[in-house]
Order: sequence, then structure tokens, then C-alpha cells
Amino acid sequence: MLSVTGLDVHYGPVHALKGVDIAVAPGSVTALLGANGAGKTTALMAIAGARPVTRGAIRFDGRDITGMRAEDIIRLGIGVVPEGRRVFASLTVEENLAVAGSLAADKAVSAARRAAMMERFPILAERRTQRAGLLSGGEQQMLAIARALMAAPRLLLLDEPSLGLAPLMVDRVFDLIAELKAEGLAMLLVEQNVPLSLEIADRVAVLANGRVSVAGTAAELGESEAIRGAYMAA
Amino acid sequence: MDYVIQQTVNALSLGGIYAMLALGLAIVFSIVRLINFAHGEIMTVGGYGVFAATVFGLPIPLAVASGVFAAVFAAVAMERVAFRAMRGASVVSLLITSFAISEILKVLFQNGISARPKPIQLPAALSGSYEVGAITVGVIPTISIVTTLLALLGLTLFLRRTETGMAMRAAAEDFEMLRLLGVRADRVVAAAFALSGLLAGIAAVMWTAQRGSVDPLMGFFPVLKAFIATVLGGLGSLSGAILGGFFVGAVEVFSQAFLPDSLSPYRDAIVLSTVIAVLLVRPDGLVPAVKVDRS
Ligand SMILES: Nc1ncnc2c1ncn2[C@@H]1O[C@H](COP(=O)(O)OP(=O)(O)OP(=O)(O)O)[C@@H](O)[C@H]1O
Ligand SMILES: [Mg+2]
Repeated sequence: MLSVTGLDVHYGPVHALKGVDIAVAPGSVTALLGANGAGKTTALMAIAGARPVTRGAIRFDGRDITGMRAEDIIRLGIGVVPEGRRVFASLTVEENLAVAGSLAADKAVSAARRAAMMERFPILAERRTQRAGLLSGGEQQMLAIARALMAAPRLLLLDEPSLGLAPLMVDRVFDLIAELKAEGLAMLLVEQNVPLSLEIADRVAVLANGRVSVAGTAAELGESEAIRGAYMAA
Repeated sequence: MDYVIQQTVNALSLGGIYAMLALGLAIVFSIVRLINFAHGEIMTVGGYGVFAATVFGLPIPLAVASGVFAAVFAAVAMERVAFRAMRGASVVSLLITSFAISEILKVLFQNGISARPKPIQLPAALSGSYEVGAITVGVIPTISIVTTLLALLGLTLFLRRTETGMAMRAAAEDFEMLRLLGVRADRVVAAAFALSGLLAGIAAVMWTAQRGSVDPLMGFFPVLKAFIATVLGGLGSLSGAILGGFFVGAVEVFSQAFLPDSLSPYRDAIVLSTVIAVLLVRPDGLVPAVKVDRS
């Protein structure tokens, strides 16, 4: 479904990604792990078209999407739950969803999806007219996920959705990811929470200093020292 | 007392024009980080739009429509031709580009139309005044105030209720995120320019109606005041721009009305000193803009 090969990204003189390969199979979850500054966010944003790619290819459903504009990539069926959530703080919960739904073909579809999100996330329904900036971290994370789902994506990119959340909220986020997986949604999951990620993921890739240091199935890597090693390395 | 009320009407009418111009600047700045020095020329194009319609003897409503349409067209064309290719460029490059556009348009007006003011004939009914009790109020300032209020109300509804309006507010906060939701950047930016042109067009109609003429520099001074208003209100803040516009208008009118004549050459200095005083106390402006800085 998604295949990234030989990806290079530079920030000026900083060589952030050096020949990265990542794959996500239909309906499966790939976890992208790695220490701070390894390049996880850069990889996710490059896939979404928000970072310029200097080399390599990104294919989605067999189609080369390298160098396409972010909004066009998203429209092909990729949803993004970004690092730090990035909800629109001055917009209400409902407006956050409405903005995200505006690419649905017609208003009725958008409204129906918004209603579905409210049903799925009762916290959001309760807070529908509140500004998103006033929500708690966990609620904002739910909103960020709901917002990404508004366009009914086939692949979801999640960047550290459990970061900074209370343990109970972390469990909720992972339950939700499991639910989405059961519904057949493919995901690329960037996480710091290794045990929970290994539980949910089919495949794992570990980034270290802009390179994939270890990759394989979650079952293979679950036992290995390689993952812990990669985290300590940086 | 009469005099105070009349001057208040004048202050509101002038402040409203500044507010609309400042809003246009703020809308564009909040989304594309462009301080558009050519905004004055958008207003001037609006003035020539009114003039063209009167030359052809069109009735007032059509002249108004012509002025507003000309300004919207100028704003959208400016974005399409000059600024779109520079999306993501530094604030300074954008600023210099807008300077260049401003200069080019001024030269075009001077050589293509005339360096001298073109008179605009208005029906006598408009230039008159009416009595409320013992107070005489001008027709045009009244229309101007009502129009400004309607425009501000319409803009608020647009930003709150429509999907494009919501997208514009979201873009002001975090444009990249908006694109990561699949919303087309080009459309949001075009909408912002169209809106700024619409407001400048309405301001141009009000301005030409009060001055009775249009010239190549028509937009320059009011937009200069509008710049001051946006900085005063908080760069990129919409409510700040409105507040700043009325504030600058009020200081200008009242300083002229109530200060001794000997001080009148210092009018602009007084306006600017007041602004500096306010900014010393509130460096981010009266109503600081909400924005997420991600660089
Ligand atoms: N906008 C930027 N400009 C310059 N360098 C950047 C930029 N963004 C990231 N980098 C650098 O690129 C490298 C990878 O950063 P990235 O944010 O992708 O890491 P990460 O794995 O997501 O880290 P974290 O776990 O802290 O989120 C780092 O060395 C970082 O300093
Ligand atoms: Mg990151």
C-alpha cells in the first residue's frame, strides 16, 4: 500500500534521512521507532508531502507520489495525525472537524461523517462548541485523530499519539488504534512507547541517525535486544 | 455638543474606512505573512472602477459594483500573477515584491490614465445632509458608517459560518496543518486576497464618494493609516485591525477638530506619537494575534 525506498531528506546542511526504506501493507500497522532526533517525524512529513525529498521514491497504491503537493497526497487517501496534535486552537471542536471535512464531495457527506465522529468520540460531542485550545491533551489527541479520519483515509500516519498523555489516556489511544486496525485501516505509527507499539504492529522499523537500523516483523523483533539497543544508541 | 456629535460621526466614518483597509491587510498577513504594500493600489483601482462607471453614465448602484469588482479583480490578479510564485518566500522578499507592484501600478495610473485627479460626479442627494433634532449629519458619512458595520458583520458571519471562512481562520493558525487535511492552499489564499480586495473596494467607494475625485495616489495615505492601524491592533489580528482602524480615525479627526490650528501641521505626528505610546505599553498591539510559530 505504501512503499518508501531510498528516501533522503535534507534541512539545509542537515542530512536528516539517509536512504530510508519503509513499507506498510494493506490493513496492517507498521511501527516506526527510534530515539529523539532519529528522523521519524521527518519521514512521516516527507510521505505526506510536507518536507522536500532530495532522493528516493514514495509510492502509494502503486502510484509515485514523490514531490506531489501535500494537499494532493492527502486527497489520495492519506490521513495525518501530526506530532504535537496541532489542533486549531481558536476553532471549536466542531469547526476543526468541519474544516477537515470540506474535501468531502458534498456537505451531506461531511455532516454525516462529523456526526459519526461525535458518536465515536463522546468526549468531543460533549465539547463540540468549545475551542479546541481549551481541551485537555488527551481530548486534543482524540480530536486530532477524528479530524484525520474525516476524509475517510485508507492509510493513517500517526506521530507519537501517546506523547505527554496520562496513562489512562495512553491506553485509550492504543485501544482506538487497535479498533481502527480491526476496521481494516492501514497505519504507519511513530511511537516512543515500544511495548504497546510492538503489541499492535505487524512490522517494525527502527530509525537511528536517519537510517533504518533494524527492520522486521513485530514478532521477530519483540524478543530481540536490537530494539532496545537502537534506542540507547543515540 | 452638536459639534462633538458631528465630529464623532466623522471619526466613525473615517475610522470605518481605515478599519476595512486594515482588515484586508490583516487577513492577507495572517495567512501568507505578506505585508502588502500594494494594498493602496488595490484601493486606487477601486476608485478608478467607480470613475469608469460614471464616465459611461452608469447609475450609482452600478458604479458602486464596478468599483468593488475592480478592486477584487486587482487583488486576485495580484496574487495570481505575482505572489503565488513566491509562496513560502521570506517576509522581506514578499515585502519588496509588493513594493515593486505598488510602484509599477502607480506609474501605470499616471501614464495610462492621468497624474491629475479625475472628478467623480455624484447625485446632489448624496452630498447633502439631514437634521436629527438640532444636529446636522452628512448623508455620505452616515452611509459610510452603516456600510462599514454591514461589511464587518458580513465578514464575521463569513469567517464563522462558511467552510472557506473556517479554513481561513485555521490557515492563520497553522497553514501547513490545513494542507495536511487536504485543503487546497491556493484556494484559501485566493479567498483571502479576494476578501481583502472586497474590503478595499468598499473603502474605495466610500472614499471617492467623500472626496469626489480619484488620482493615482488615492490609496496611498489611507492605506498608510491602515498599516499603522494593523500594527497598533496587533499584526495579523483581525479584531485588532478593526479596533486600530477606528482608533487611528478617531485620533485623526479629534486632533484636527479640537486642537488649536497652530498644531494642525502636526496632526500625523500626533497620531503616530499616540500609536508609539500605545505600543510601548502593549508591544504586541491592542489585541495580539493567535498564531503558532513552527519555524
Ligand atoms: N525544520 C527543521 N530544520 C532543521 N533541522 C530539522 C528540522 N526538523 C528536524 N530537523 C533535524 O532533523 C533531524 C530529525 O528530526 P525529526 O524531528 O524528524 O526527529 P524525530 O525522530 O521525529 O525526533 P522526536 O522523537 O524528538 O520527535 C534532527 O536532527 C532534527 O534536529
Ligand atoms: Mg518527531
